[in-house]
Amino acid sequence: MSEQAVDAPQPKLTKKDFTSDQMVRWCPGCGDYAILSAIQNALPQIPEKKEDFVFISGIGCAARFPYYMSTYGFHTIHGRAPAVATGVKLANPKLNVWEITGDGDALAIGGNHFIHAIRRNIDINMLLFNNEIYGLTKGQYSPTSRFGQVTKSTPMGGIERPFSAGELALAAGGTFFARTIDTNPKLMTQIFVESSQHSGTSLIEILQNCVIFNDKAHGAVTGKEGKDDFQLHLEHGKPMLFGKEREKGLRLNGFRLEVVTIGENGIDQSDILIHDAYQHDSTVHNMLIRMSPPHFPMALGIIRAVKAPTYDQLVEQQYQASVEKASYKNVDQLLKSGNTWEVK
Amino acid sequence: MSKTSPVELDKVVIRFAGDSGDGMQLTGSQFTYTSAMLGNDLATFPDFPAEIRAPQGTVEGVSGFQVQIGKVDIYTPGDRADVLIAMNPAALRSNIDWVRKGGNIIIDTDYFEDRNIKKAGYETNPLEDGSLDDYKIIEAPITSLTKTALKDIDLDNKSIVRCKNMFALGMMYWLFDRSRNETVKFLESKFRKYPVLIEANKKALDAGFNYAITIRAIASNYKIPPAKIEPGLYRHISGNQATAWGLLAAAEKVGKKLFYGSYPITPASDILHELSKYKNLGVITLQAEDEIAAVCSAIGASYAGQLGVTASAGPGIALKGEAIGLAIMAEIPLIVIDVQRGGPSTGLPTKTEQADLNLALYGRNSDSPCIVIAPSTPANCFQYIFEAARLTVEHMTPVIFLSDGYLANGSEPWKLPNINDLPPIQVQQFKENGQEYQPYLRDPDKKSRYWVIPGMAGYEHRIGGLEKQDVTGNVSYDPENHQKMIDIRADKVKTVANFIPEQKIIGAKSGELLLVGWGSTFGSMLSAVKELEKEGHPIGLVHINYLNPLPKNLEAILGDYKQILVGELNSGQLVGYLRQIYPQYKYQQLNKVQGLPFTITEIKDKIKSILNI
Repeated sequence: MSEQAVDAPQPKLTKKDFTSDQMVRWCPGCGDYAILSAIQNALPQIPEKKEDFVFISGIGCAARFPYYMSTYGFHTIHGRAPAVATGVKLANPKLNVWEITGDGDALAIGGNHFIHAIRRNIDINMLLFNNEIYGLTKGQYSPTSRFGQVTKSTPMGGIERPFSAGELALAAGGTFFARTIDTNPKLMTQIFVESSQHSGTSLIEILQNCVIFNDKAHGAVTGKEGKDDFQLHLEHGKPMLFGKEREKGLRLNGFRLEVVTIGENGIDQSDILIHDAYQHDSTVHNMLIRMSPPHFPMALGIIRAVKAPTYDQLVEQQYQASVEKASYKNVDQLLKSGNTWEVK
Repeated sequence: MSKTSPVELDKVVIRFAGDSGDGMQLTGSQFTYTSAMLGNDLATFPDFPAEIRAPQGTVEGVSGFQVQIGKVDIYTPGDRADVLIAMNPAALRSNIDWVRKGGNIIIDTDYFEDRNIKKAGYETNPLEDGSLDDYKIIEAPITSLTKTALKDIDLDNKSIVRCKNMFALGMMYWLFDRSRNETVKFLESKFRKYPVLIEANKKALDAGFNYAITIRAIASNYKIPPAKIEPGLYRHISGNQATAWGLLAAAEKVGKKLFYGSYPITPASDILHELSKYKNLGVITLQAEDEIAAVCSAIGASYAGQLGVTASAGPGIALKGEAIGLAIMAEIPLIVIDVQRGGPSTGLPTKTEQADLNLALYGRNSDSPCIVIAPSTPANCFQYIFEAARLTVEHMTPVIFLSDGYLANGSEPWKLPNINDLPPIQVQQFKENGQEYQPYLRDPDKKSRYWVIPGMAGYEHRIGGLEKQDVTGNVSYDPENHQKMIDIRADKVKTVANFIPEQKIIGAKSGELLLVGWGSTFGSMLSAVKELEKEGHPIGLVHINYLNPLPKNLEAILGDYKQILVGELNSGQLVGYLRQIYPQYKYQQLNKVQGLPFTITEIKDKIKSILNI
């Protein structure tokens, strides 16, 4: 029951160590399977003890996730996972906390907790499974559904404009935002590992396919034909190139991004923007997040990763400062401090 | 000093009233503190508006502070004031009903000119129209006297006028034969960076004291000798502070950090302010983005192994309902403090009420019982929040703690407990004994889960809001399992009755009438019962602190009286609950929903009418 000594040799963990004995009950063909597998592959690469991983989820298809992991897990209530995760992290900052959420859970019912967790920069990893639909309640539109989209609750087409999770996160002062797709296990695993290294709230948007209620919602990006022309894999310090021959790139034209082709109209490699994920100014990050087909590729990878104090670190700092200053060390001393009087 | 020796009184009720910017709360607190140091027993209650600074001179903007001091035991701040200080016409108008006929009223006459008289809603000057003939009026130009006293001080006019509360306090100190020393010490500490303010306030205090001697408006001053109080070390404490400190004591006892997730709301916010000072004791306070995040963060903290607490008033508790259900389902510790106020909806934010009992007992979806307890005096908030912590940790289910505005803001002297004498709080540790850990294994006596927390190697498990299979904790939709789990959760809360004290009876152990109450009505009920006993009418009082489950002996007690009267500051919630659980008895009701506590007289009158005396 006790913790192992820090210097004890750790047996190498494998994917199997993170797989629970529960039957996975998502629909056949659901993108969630690939995400689950990618996480189970990522965790052994993260230098933490198995018992220190905690998965906290809200409600929705994605939120069943903790039951399929063999880590500590808490399946909570709709929209509230960021608040529960905040309490977990503050109560025990040693824990490696993962929040599993969906577009309805994070951006509709839990929108308030989503932005405030990010604003505080509490050191947790948020995986946002974005399938642009309500799956568990069988097909109503979500806050990320497209304008005009026909769903069970919008038979004449949706008349709400969708949220962009990344822009919302950056507006809330987000320090880390990455985007990946459920059809690319390697990219997912890599991003999960890297996001866990970030101090602060890491938001990872996963473009996930709901095969039943919103099949191919991300088809333009994830489909075979779109793969080269509509996926821009960003890497810090590398030029923003894409296309089958990596012949296309992004450059800044005034205040706008522009897709250009190397070798055409006098464009060469030096015109192409270099990705700077560590830049505090979020202007370019926002422009990258906003891009989508057909005029632009979808930006994937780590779009933003900047350093800022985390909420849990600041709590600890205030605790230390308070210990140094306090004139009482326990409750008994506190009770007897200040104005008291003796009755004889 | 006065040549006449002071007249000795058993007890006296004093009410300070002025604009909410006049410093009446501070004046009242200083008078209280000085009296406590003199050894008087006492009880206080502030009565302030919901608006921070309503327009000056209006009735809406009046802030009041009432204190009863005595050489006898004091259980309430008193029904009616013997002395009222009214700093302006609005203060007089809104407080006159709280002064007993024949009582003294000290009036700052400087504010009794046409404009302020009209602003207060008077048509004629009450000082001239005979409407105050039933009272002894002491007219004092407090503001202009303060200005005169401070004329040599280098301060702007506004700051000088603000010292008038100290002038008034000085008058009261002479009238009740109290020393100015404690207040001088207070001023020297509060304004240590502004010597000119120390000088100004001290001068005003002295001027008021000397003025009271000089005018001899009251034939003599009064003396309230020290009460016979149990020996020990004391301090003055409000209900909210006692609640905060009780949490600190409980967290220390159980060896956990205290995690307090809260969203600001009247009248609970002072607990957040208080706890946020004690980071060095391991307290983590999170001012959450909303009420739901507040309770959910506390649930997260408990899940991760610390003592998770959230607090609010009724509107916030309504929002927390779903999350409390989660903690019931997940079977983890959680303390939910409800500092009740007038409702429904936003209601009366600064006024008291006991109308959230039904919310605490039933305010969640499905069959989701939790433990409910209520303190009954400002100081015993310490004891009962400690009990809340003991019960939630040992029984692994949420506890709702029903304080209210009257307890939260009221205050009284408190004999400091010996921390070592507080009962132990035992964490439900899983003991292997050859069996493999499963998340819904239970302690055989308490029927609670074991508190196994993230970070413990080899015990990784999943819990959540979906129905759980008995023992394994796996998600289960099995009908019989659901029935079983519903029964287990109910039984677990019922079992708590084996681990709480029996109900005590005050007064007659059987007979004509049993008075039943809960929460903050204790002081007035106790006073009423004691007074009736003196008048030759012994009755019994049962004041319930453990509301769910109820103490095991309560059913038998109720049967020992010919009649039962249930009094509460709502339309009949406890009485409805008792009718449901003990339907064999007949209950009569005393209810009041005016945002105000019971007066002793109201309770006595009701009892007298029942007993035909």
